[in-house]
Amino acid sequence: MATHKQLRIALRNCGVIDPEKITDYIERDGYSALAKVINELGTVRTIDLMKKSGLRGRGGGGFPTGLKWEIASKNYADQKYVVCNADEGDPGAFMDRSVLEGDPHSVIEAMAICGFSIGATKGLVYIRAEYPLAIERLKIAINQAREYGLLGKNIFGSDFDFDIELRYGAGAFVCGEETALIHSMEGKRGEPTVKPPFPAESGYLEKPTNVNNVETFANIPPIILKGAEWFASIGSEKSKGTKVFALAGKINNVGLIEVPMGTTLREVIYDIGGGIKDGKEFKAVQTGGPSGGCLTKKHLDTAIDYDNLIAAGSMMGSGGMVVMDEDDCMVSIAKFYLEFTVEESCGKCTPCRIGNKRLFEILEKITEGKGTMEDLDKLRNLSNTIKDTALCGLGQTSPNPVLSTMDNFMDEYLEHINEKRCRASQCKALTRYIIDAEQCTGCTICARNCPVNAIKGERKQPHTINQDICIKCGVCYEKCKFNAISVK
Amino acid sequence: MAAKIKIPERKLQELKDICKSFNNEKGELINVLHKAQSSFGYLPAEVQEVIAQELNVSVAHVFGVVSFYTFFTMKPKGEFPISVCLGTACYVRGAEKVLEEFKKHLKIQVGETTADGKFSISCLRCVGACGLAPVVMVGDKVYGRVAPEGVKDILAEYNG
Ligand SMILES: Cc1cc2nc3c(=O)[nH]c(=O)nc-3n(C[C@H](O)[C@H](O)[C@H](O)COP(=O)(O)O)c2cc1C
Ligand code: SF4
Ligand code: SF4
Repeated sequence: MATHKQLRIALRNCGVIDPEKITDYIERDGYSALAKVINELGTVRTIDLMKKSGLRGRGGGGFPTGLKWEIASKNYADQKYVVCNADEGDPGAFMDRSVLEGDPHSVIEAMAICGFSIGATKGLVYIRAEYPLAIERLKIAINQAREYGLLGKNIFGSDFDFDIELRYGAGAFVCGEETALIHSMEGKRGEPTVKPPFPAESGYLEKPTNVNNVETFANIPPIILKGAEWFASIGSEKSKGTKVFALAGKINNVGLIEVPMGTTLREVIYDIGGGIKDGKEFKAVQTGGPSGGCLTKKHLDTAIDYDNLIAAGSMMGSGGMVVMDEDDCMVSIAKFYLEFTVEESCGKCTPCRIGNKRLFEILEKITEGKGTMEDLDKLRNLSNTIKDTALCGLGQTSPNPVLSTMDNFMDEYLEHINEKRCRASQCKALTRYIIDAEQCTGCTICARNCPVNAIKGERKQPHTINQDICIKCGVCYEKCKFNAISVK
Repeated sequence: MAAKIKIPERKLQELKDICKSFNNEKGELINVLHKAQSSFGYLPAEVQEVIAQELNVSVAHVFGVVSFYTFFTMKPKGEFPISVCLGTACYVRGAEKVLEEFKKHLKIQVGETTADGKFSISCLRCVGACGLAPVVMVGDKVYGRVAPEGVKDILAEYNG
């Protein structure tokens, strides 16, 4: 994969060190940021440095990390908590898994730095049960850090104590949302609650709690060591540093990349990703997972940062980037995400529980060729209502895949509705099998194999398919030896 | 809910020990359920009742948590549980067709187990192996770049 456009900060150690050896990490300046914070900077200057660096949360929201720490530091309580969000629920993303598997100590060190800064002595990592290797590596790393006195009591001879425990997710996307995550850690159903109160005031066990994402944490030790100015010099005006993306889908080089904020989609897809697979034509790139949207050719020169992606109708999200080509039907893609949302909605509030189900049903109707122009208005109105009224971030963003595909691929919606046609041949109800009279030799093999007798024709004469009877099983297409049958 | 079963004495003690290893803390319910499921393979009503008693919470609370999280199951899975990833990357690379093929061959739906108890099918949302899409797991074994035509061969490995 092309490396000249990439810059590794969060992934600096991944694939370079042995993640099961703390000495490897220490050799590469590991835990010296924690030492610097405890021995030299103190809490106020550390938080100040974090604010000046411009680091924003990599879990999706992009909230300034330094500011979040400052708020948590100012809430007084007998116990506070640092939580690492390793739930990584976006179905198409694996950045956090790679950091935890490849460099677990950087997350542990950063959690301790956060604990010192806000006055917390306990850390919790909420990690998906689907990531057994990451769990194993984290456990090994935590034990080694304890042996070396980097977790536990009186770290670096100071009066700062800090230790970390693991909590496991159990397969619920909504648990990535921080209030739901906290309820899940308490052993309850992972349902979100209204904010405020924010976790920084009342979080885990009703104590002030600072929640940050894995990648956010992985950026922190280098920022402390190299300084706020260094970090702020990388990236775009309002989004500093780099972002890790998981490139997947119809692209030649799939895998993880880390690029400075402000890199364009074109550079990511063509220079780094090596372009579209099998020489096909680029159609769309989906960012932000179920909360994001589909961007198209006209966005290729958009510089990637939090604000530009929102302006374009999508979202940074956690970093999943799924590339789509001419064979993908954008109405089906919107339906795919809505199906996900319907399944993952916790059901607590009506707009999300029922509204998304209705959105899904309308999309289903359109992909079956039964949609009307009225349905398009309904889709848009209902989407906007859900966005405005849902309780948590899941519902507030779930209509984005619908709205962005309507904005960028309206012609495909119109084709499904008016011409009953799916140009990508993905919508089964709309596909048509057609026999080309020029190619057909009248061998009769198709007619003999059709399960519903939809094919008529005399021997040695061109055959035809009765579309009203055809159930689109595709048998004739497979059986024809003369390539006379095509799918439209 | 789930089928009625009777927990053997030995298993009952193991379950109580699991609860005890988490100090019978109700806040540890999810950790307890994870351990219990890996020991029993699934979480039938009887297991949930014992856990409720040990952690001093209502059975309804335990059931509420079990039914909320897709990782927990109240039905026994097959000897070789098949999980088809339906994450975005797998979806655009044709995972749905692979799933259809498994359903066709085994003649069961998602969430069901074959009559001989050998195979069950479930769907996953991204195992984080998007580079290998579409991905199928049989037990802990991962199969990458699975094509519908390859489904027969995968099943054959376990039908020997
Ligand atoms: C439905 C939903 C799912 C989320 N999933 C994740 C996730 O998987 N990982 C994550 O770090 N943040 C996720 N978030 C964002 C968190 O609520 C929270 O903002 C984040 O963990 C804060 O960390 P950061 O400031 O470092 O990004 C999710 C939010 C919502 C609304
Ligand atoms: S928006 Fe959806 S996920 Fe969020 S609280 Fe409402 S029902 Fe639950
Ligand atoms: S697609 Fe199937 S049902 Fe339709 S004409 Fe061909 S064989 Fe017959």
